[in-house]
Amino acid sequence: MLKPRIIPCLDVDNGRVVKGVKFQNLRDAGSPVELAQWYQDQGADELVVLDVSATRQDRLAMLDTVEHVRQVLSIPLTVGGGVSSIDSAQRLLHAGADKVSVNSAAVRDPSLIDSISQRLGAQCTVVAIDAKWNFESDQFQVLTRSGTDAQPLDAVAWASEAERRGAGEILLTSFDRDGTRSGYDLPMLKAVTAACRLPVIASGGADTVAHMVEAFQAGAHAVLAASIFHEGNYTVRQVKLELAEQGIAVRL
Amino acid sequence: MIAIIDTGVANIRSLQAAFDRLQAPWELTTEGNQISGASHVLLPGVGAFASAMETIERLKIRSAIVDRVHSGKPTLCICLGMQLLASASEEAPGVPGLGVIEGTIERFPNTQFVPQLGWNEVTPKTSTFFESGQAYFANSFCLRQPPDGWGYATTDYGGPFISSIWKGNVVACQFHPELSGDWGNELLQHWLELKLPC
Repeated sequence: MLKPRIIPCLDVDNGRVVKGVKFQNLRDAGSPVELAQWYQDQGADELVVLDVSATRQDRLAMLDTVEHVRQVLSIPLTVGGGVSSIDSAQRLLHAGADKVSVNSAAVRDPSLIDSISQRLGAQCTVVAIDAKWNFESDQFQVLTRSGTDAQPLDAVAWASEAERRGAGEILLTSFDRDGTRSGYDLPMLKAVTAACRLPVIASGGADTVAHMVEAFQAGAHAVLAASIFHEGNYTVRQVKLELAEQGIAVRL
Repeated sequence: MIAIIDTGVANIRSLQAAFDRLQAPWELTTEGNQISGASHVLLPGVGAFASAMETIERLKIRSAIVDRVHSGKPTLCICLGMQLLASASEEAPGVPGLGVIEGTIERFPNTQFVPQLGWNEVTPKTSTFFESGQAYFANSFCLRQPPDGWGYATTDYGGPFISSIWKGNVVACQFHPELSGDWGNELLQHWLELKLPC
């Protein structure tokens, strides 16, 4: 049986790892290569690197970062942030990514999912969905451009569409929970995992191992976390040992 | 020198990085004589069965690969590379594979999440140079029956499938050793230490 995965996430801006709250107030959290190596040594199952650069120059620097991280990494590497075309996806794969994640550009032009999946394979096509609960429309509303643009799009319907178009995996981030360390958004996770037959990575809000147990019970195949690892509250290994004690069959 | 066959559809940066870490020199090749002559040859593969076979036919390297595998020279086939050894695949009806092993590659049943993405247990059923361990998989198709005369390992994903086969110094794995942490690195290291058969 497949093992539930623990995935540390590095948000990278201008060659450095940063972390914020609700996608804002980014603080420096270290070197991407050093952190990648450190998390791998602790037993991370995979690594996600997200490009949160504001400028084009920083985006080009991102390719160097991916190359350097790849040289040290013998676990899968997913890279996302600003992937706007099949060319940019291919450049990231050539730099050393194993999977690419698409977000805003796929909302603008959903056929991008089809073309990446057909050309590069479903196994490397990750659709990242950022969403928050909308009280008025009574649905989980998709946000793009780092949470600044609210879209007239329901996250559950969007995940199903991504599946139909050939996505291999969904990276589901709760804007409400990102960086707040108040636990994953379980209602959103349950709604999305019930609606599509793709592996879903839960993201946004992890603070404790109990939060991760809840996410796996809600249907997540993998959990992503940044703050709790960057700030040294837990090592990946400590998290996995505790999960194993609670009956979650992780890779040790 | 490891000759990595460049079928154009594979993402091989991770493999190259793995060999760099093992300080094993590699080069990309599309030439039949290099495939025949290299001490170690790697047939990678991420992508589609039909386009990989089309490239192999266009480069006229089918017989170089098949002869090398039959003679048991150190050859490692990864993911789609393993599937290409079969005679056919449900992914591309009518497209002949390399035909080194009998059988058709099948799609995972719809009861499973497809593609299989993540870490799963590999259990050798006959003795070999690697022990059971956790490996990273990214595949929608698989081999169901062990081919005659080959050693094999199985993995469970909605029932057992064949996750690796070996014979002489030829090893094929459905998983990605280059993405399977220390266990995968060790497998690659051991494969590199294999010598040409006398």
